[in-house]
Amino acid sequence: MKLEFSAEDEAFRLEVRSFVRDHLPAWLKRKVELGLRLERADYVAWYERLYERGWSAPSWPKEYGGPGWTPLQRYIFDEEALLGGAPRIIASGILMLGPVLMAVGTQEQKARYLPAIRRSETWWAQGFSEPGAGSDLAQVRTTAVRDGDHFIVNGHKLWTSYAHFCDMLFCLVRTESSSKPQNGITFMLIDMKTPGITVRPIRMIDGGNDLNEIYLDNVRVPAENVVGELNKGWSYGKYLLGHERTGIAGIGSSKQQIARVRALAQAHGLADDPALAARLGALEIQLMALEFTGLRMLSKNQESRVPSVEASMLKVRGTELRQEIYELLLEVAGPGALPFDEAALRGDQGLVPPVAPPDLMSLAANYLDSRKITIYGGTSEVQRNLISKAFLTA
Amino acid sequence: MDFSLTGDHLALRDAVRKFCDGEYPLHQCGNAEAATLSASRWAALAELGLFGLDISAAYDGSGLTAVEIMLAAQELGRRLGGGSWIASNLPAAYILSKAGRDAQRSTWLPKIAVGRRRLSLAYLESGWRYDLAKPAVTAVQQNRGWLLNGTKINVPGADAADGFVVSAGDDALFIVDARTPGVSVQSFRTLDGRAAGHVTLDGATVSGEALITGAGRAVLQAAIDYATAALCAEATGAIEALIDLTTDYLKTREQFGQPLVKFQVLQHGIADALIDLEQSKSMACVAALAAGSEDAGQRARLISAAKVTIGNAARRVGQWAIQMHGAMGMTDECRAGHYAKRLLVINQMFGDASYHLQRFIKHMAQGNGNES
Ligand SMILES: Cc1cc2nc3c(=O)[nH]c(=O)nc-3n(C[C@H](O)[C@H](O)[C@H](O)COP(=O)(O)OP(=O)(O)OC[C@H]3O[C@@H](n4cnc5c(N)ncnc54)[C@H](O)[C@@H]3O)c2cc1C
Repeated sequence: MKLEFSAEDEAFRLEVRSFVRDHLPAWLKRKVELGLRLERADYVAWYERLYERGWSAPSWPKEYGGPGWTPLQRYIFDEEALLGGAPRIIASGILMLGPVLMAVGTQEQKARYLPAIRRSETWWAQGFSEPGAGSDLAQVRTTAVRDGDHFIVNGHKLWTSYAHFCDMLFCLVRTESSSKPQNGITFMLIDMKTPGITVRPIRMIDGGNDLNEIYLDNVRVPAENVVGELNKGWSYGKYLLGHERTGIAGIGSSKQQIARVRALAQAHGLADDPALAARLGALEIQLMALEFTGLRMLSKNQESRVPSVEASMLKVRGTELRQEIYELLLEVAGPGALPFDEAALRGDQGLVPPVAPPDLMSLAANYLDSRKITIYGGTSEVQRNLISKAFLTA
Repeated sequence: MDFSLTGDHLALRDAVRKFCDGEYPLHQCGNAEAATLSASRWAALAELGLFGLDISAAYDGSGLTAVEIMLAAQELGRRLGGGSWIASNLPAAYILSKAGRDAQRSTWLPKIAVGRRRLSLAYLESGWRYDLAKPAVTAVQQNRGWLLNGTKINVPGADAADGFVVSAGDDALFIVDARTPGVSVQSFRTLDGRAAGHVTLDGATVSGEALITGAGRAVLQAAIDYATAALCAEATGAIEALIDLTTDYLKTREQFGQPLVKFQVLQHGIADALIDLEQSKSMACVAALAAGSEDAGQRARLISAAKVTIGNAARRVGQWAIQMHGAMGMTDECRAGHYAKRLLVINQMFGDASYHLQRFIKHMAQGNGNES
């Protein structure tokens, strides 16, 4: 055991740091640091630079064009990129679909989709949730019925992040009714341009519209777009959600936001406020404990009591901690958090002169938006159910 | 010690509740009001008699107290109603009632009581947090009047105001007619969709009669405490409504083959929210009773205690309500978010829980004879 990173890891850290410093466009860094809304083009501007460096799919192995990093390197990359002001990697193609295709996709599917994901050419939306299938995801009712070499898909997907700027949809559909709802679900890829698909934006609590609903009306999907075995989609979906959760713990994001608290406290005369210092210190300790827990779990012979739900544990604690940081940010903003200027939040020309200091005006929206992280990727309540169930039935 | 409500109290509460149920349909609660709707609602609130509740009968008000204001505010809170009244117009009228000259009172108060004039409180300045600092808005005596320069920010209802109570100079308060040359308003909406504005005084000249003699920071602080007590009541009403609508959702939304409310861990959440609600109701009463106190230290201590209790309850219940709605809670369509946003705005007005905790500690020490 030792506390220090190895010399190679430290060298890697510096390499990432200087890459971010030299290649992250200043305008994008500013948008991220001010907490403004990001669009596809914003993300792509960063992902393209990562692609040129071979880093656009940090978690992918070398054979699929990823950097083949160790878990520790991935972790260092995440931290350095976010602390350097880069946008998060949100592309579901990289985070979720990629790992599934690598595990169970056909050679044709891998060849066709993986490179385009790495190049940020194809953006994928995740079509799992439905009106009746939220936490109880197995209740998906969108049906896919075989018709020659196609399936005909009908149904209604809900809460689909970024569908308005995605090219493709990976989704869970019902191909067989079964007494056990987990059976009879198939993992399927659908081109968003197929006739019969309607995307409707959903206006969010903070005025943004990251989410959408998707209506599928007799959508014809080629049978080759089934991933893995027919009716076995549930297990692939679960595999994918494990990957999603690991990312949501968001140590790097927490560090990024704690740095933001410090910077704002400095800029607004609160650097010496003892109450703020106490709260910040307490949050830093919690973050440290979480960070070392994540790192310890990666170490040899240090498995937790319930290894199958480590990602859930990190997600619960990581998201709740991050929400506390956003609470503190709101507090630092004080009355400056109250004016609400939607155009300015998008980074467009807002009211002139600005109705609040630019570094404060997005904090209320950011706080509200942060409430989602204990909901998506499986809610905190459901994670706690999973953790205790895994322990009790072990 | 007695927290009983009289028959008159109940009648007032029921009247305001009935009014709010009609005027603010639940499924639209919290939506930004267009100017015409906002004006017609203002007239309706005036007709109900809210604006004159605590104005003396000599000026055509009902001559009631902060307790009646609390009851009305709680009902408005339940339906996210009332526009800028509680945060801005109520404390402005309070200042006139307490410290205005006779001529100022007779000019403004009877018209305020019937909703024909709106007076907003313009005290906050850019760079301030919650303590009342010496205003950067200057007031220079000139001939027989005053020349005012500077900007007041985040004034609720600024766009619709006929006049402002403005703190300026070393320690003075003025009534400034909104039509005074040099007075301009930059309008915007706050997070809760309500209209607000920054008020700039650019060489605005007011007459000597505009000075509220004898009023300074102490009166302003009393008015802010008074409005804070009312906001505590408003938040309490919003918390109550939020618990009701969230519980209704948990009863109807099914997952895993049963209504969500059947899950015991979610029942525990309801229990915690109810405990928060009952504590908020109590502290809203305490704040209302303290609002009338002449003992500034005692008033500060109790009202800060209320704002801390209710601020924390509001944050917790707001977060809980969103979480219980799942992704639905993150949408603009869902009312939970609108309540959470109003509660958030109330928390950041006149001091959040952390600020009031510090203020409480300061006055607690003074209460113990430690005056340093
Ligand atoms: C910002 C955002 C982005 C999203 N993006 C996507 C996306 O791209 N693709 C996609 O498919 N989905 C997406 N989702 C949907 C997300 O996966 C669901 O919101 C989540 O699974 C919860 O389902 P629900 O919203 O229907 O809540 P519900 O399942 O209705 O839950 C409501 C409340 O009840 C609680 N609850 C439910 N069951 C239990 C239980 N058994 N025990 C205790 N408590 C329980 C929950 O924890 C929650 O607090 C997104 C959601 C959000 C908020």
